[in-house]
Amino acid sequence: MTPDLVGGLESPDYASHDRAAHEPYAPVFTGDVKRELDELLTRYPTKMAALLPALWIVQRERRWVSEEGMVEVADLLELTPAYVKGVVTFYTMYHQHPVGKYFIQVCTTSPCGICGADDVVKALLRHTNAGELGLTSPDGRFTVIEVECLGACGFATPVMVNEEFIESVTPEKVPDLLARLA
Amino acid sequence: MGYPNQPHQRETTVLSRYFGDTEARTLAGWKKRGGYKALEKALGMAPADIVNVVKESGLRGRGGAGFPTGIKWSFMKPGDGKPHYLCCNADESEPGTFKDRELMRWTPHALVEGCAIGAYAIGAETAYVYIRGEFTEPLYWMDQAVKEAYAAGILGKNAMGTGKRIDVHVHKGAGAYICGEETALMESLEGRRGNPRIKPPFPAVSGVFGMPTTINNVETLIAAAPILMNGADWYKKMSLSNPKSTGTKLFSVCGNIQRPGTYEVVMGFPFKEFLYDLCGGPPHGRKFKAVIPGGASVPIQTLEEAEATLMDYEGFVAQGSMLGSGGVIVIDDAQSMVSVIARLARFFAHESCGQCTQCREGTAWTTKIMERIRDGEGTIEDMDTLLDIGEQMTGKTICVLSDSCAVPVVSGIKKFRGEFEALIQGRRFHPVIAAVA
Ligand SMILES: Cc1cc2nc3c(=O)[nH]c(=O)nc-3n(C[C@H](O)[C@H](O)[C@H](O)COP(=O)(O)O)c2cc1C
Ligand code: FES
Repeated sequence: MTPDLVGGLESPDYASHDRAAHEPYAPVFTGDVKRELDELLTRYPTKMAALLPALWIVQRERRWVSEEGMVEVADLLELTPAYVKGVVTFYTMYHQHPVGKYFIQVCTTSPCGICGADDVVKALLRHTNAGELGLTSPDGRFTVIEVECLGACGFATPVMVNEEFIESVTPEKVPDLLARLA
Repeated sequence: MGYPNQPHQRETTVLSRYFGDTEARTLAGWKKRGGYKALEKALGMAPADIVNVVKESGLRGRGGAGFPTGIKWSFMKPGDGKPHYLCCNADESEPGTFKDRELMRWTPHALVEGCAIGAYAIGAETAYVYIRGEFTEPLYWMDQAVKEAYAAGILGKNAMGTGKRIDVHVHKGAGAYICGEETALMESLEGRRGNPRIKPPFPAVSGVFGMPTTINNVETLIAAAPILMNGADWYKKMSLSNPKSTGTKLFSVCGNIQRPGTYEVVMGFPFKEFLYDLCGGPPHGRKFKAVIPGGASVPIQTLEEAEATLMDYEGFVAQGSMLGSGGVIVIDDAQSMVSVIARLARFFAHESCGQCTQCREGTAWTTKIMERIRDGEGTIEDMDTLLDIGEQMTGKTICVLSDSCAVPVVSGIKKFRGEFEALIQGRRFHPVIAAVA
């Protein structure tokens, strides 16, 4: 249940990773998306500063940041792919592997922990069938991970489902929460 | 204002007045509530005069360190021929802290206004608001507010028709507590890994993009507007205790307490009354045991210390802790202090950027030892080892994340030694099971 200290919390979903790897790569930054990036570049005195926003766009469009995505961003911002990868791996929110349709993050840091966050995690793992933290449910729909303080400690336990932030989740509310997603 | 609870009559709501008021989120609604009058006034003043008013008001940084804001602003030398930058620190990731989230999701225009005032005061044309990536709701409302402000000509190359240029940009973080540390935030903003920088040079000399930079917390910048409107004296008078702590302060309260939420009180408010009257005391059938009053990085207070505290910068120090970020974590008698501290240590181990050996190794080992004590596998010597590691982790690294990890451990062993010993000697921790009716 407790993930190892070393390394990230997400364990790779190799099967879907391979599937994705066999499809030809279509660039993200074309048309409106390219114009969006061009506008972003006007906000900063360097191209490099648009790196985090550009990676966010890749993830928004593709739901994860693949090696090819990193190469595309590197080219556009005149950086090396290795540099971009170094940045991607520093931050926890960029998915380096495909994740379930619903990516569920639960805060278990102490303030939520003392309000029962661990029980929320257990309920989520059980009801999604994900079974284990970081794994995706057999139907490919749910990935559940534990995260550190989400900055909503007074609303224990906060849970994020993709971009949606849900406050005050209890184990009893989990079935309804998941049913709503279906 | 006690949000999400009803406001309490003993609160003084200056910054939190419009929490829960959905109309205040829009430009029209914000203007109806007196919004952007302070910016208009500011743009008619000389920047040095704004800095002086803020200096005079006694406003201190609300991000954790409590550095006097006016003095920080005065470090930015006008006319040096370099572009200046303002960074707003909205990375809010300190466990226990969630006040900036409320400020941004209810009063986003207050922050746009605060950033514009701050930028103008320090001679900057550009302000970046660095918001943590998980804050989807604050990000949405801040984006909306910035767009509205540009469309209305409040921001842009002719801000409020004054011919002055003020740009405000929202920048989304990507998940890293360390990016709340000011130099790590700048690295991250530049498109790098969030590794803190060695100081000096300080940000006012060489900050983001190598240019003079001021960085302030969300609450600090928002407080500037009412100070300009009402004057330094008005702000200074809002203090019940030490003249070095002025104005109102937001406290976000969480953990084992009846009414968690974000409260605003004047500096020097009695902590005991705050915890029992405003926040409603412990959950039914339980008793408070300990309080971490300023986010996870400050020393743990025993209940006796907490109850004797006056809530200001000096008051928390006098009772063995610090005001920090104002994130109040309340722990009741059903919790094991060892478990709470072990989980905090894991937090710091997860968030260490890994640059400094003391921090990278120290946070990981502290977590391992804390968890084995928690699991009943510790030894008496482990406590000395933890204290020793704690000493090696303090004052020796580029930033204070390392020190922050040692703080709850060292203060925990000092103040709750009995709980550590009980677990080590094989006496299982028996929480006082709440006599829930
Ligand atoms: C590890 C670490 C994390 C921090 N996180 C935050 C944060 O999330 N928000 C914040 O305002 N300040 C944070 N700070 C404090 C900032 O470094 C800085 O002091 C502050 O933003 C200055 O603004 P102020 O003078 O208005 O308080 C953090 C400091 C450290 C060492
Ligand atoms: S500890 Fe869970 S949101 Fe802060």
